[in-house]
Amino acid sequence: MDPIRVQSERFDMGAELNAFAASVDGAGAVVSFSGITRDLASGDLTAMVIEHYPGMTEKALAKIRATAIERFDLADAMILHRYGRLAPSEPIMMVATAARHRQAAFEGAAYLMDYLKSRAPFWKQEITPDGAAWVAAKDSDEDALNRW
Amino acid sequence: MTLSIRYFAWLRERVGTPSETVETEAATVADLIEELKARDEGYALAFSDPGSIRAAIDQELVAFDAPLAGASEVAFFPPMTGG
Repeated sequence: MDPIRVQSERFDMGAELNAFAASVDGAGAVVSFSGITRDLASGDLTAMVIEHYPGMTEKALAKIRATAIERFDLADAMILHRYGRLAPSEPIMMVATAARHRQAAFEGAAYLMDYLKSRAPFWKQEITPDGAAWVAAKDSDEDALNRW
Repeated sequence: MTLSIRYFAWLRERVGTPSETVETEAATVADLIEELKARDEGYALAFSDPGSIRAAIDQELVAFDAPLAGASEVAFFPPMTGG
């Protein structure tokens, strides 16, 4: 399975994680994170639309993955991210890491997520009965990169 | 030089097109932004807050002082919101 996937289709988190864990040799730890379309505080999210930059997206994800593998000595890592129109509570993306021990797997997954948030060319738009609104980047997302 | 320019998210909406081809002698990304802003009010408004815009040359994130020499595709977009 390609370790970097950018797709519009829905995916099965459990099946993806099982396949990833089964494909790794010699790892004692697997960590995963999944992002899910969150409803708004007002409870009226109709859909989330994710736009991306085909070509740059794959390049950016491959670079983030390669850096994480080298830096945390991971046995493997995978990134799956969707684009297009998503209903509330649908999975948006997931990352998984495998390493000999848990600390590297946890840190590798956190690193992937921090970089994915603000260095991979995806843009989220929230659709409500009132219209569409682009999700603004948070300063805290940019600040999160400083810890690495 | 001939450059392909791409726009994403709200920048695409404000400019009114996802992509276009331009002839330019701009030396840097910042120079290109000034050229685009001078075109009309729509572009001027789209690029009015440089702090809320990011740029890529040939699909690599760059700073606004990056030279355009040798570039074929430039992209402008808001700060990314993946994950």
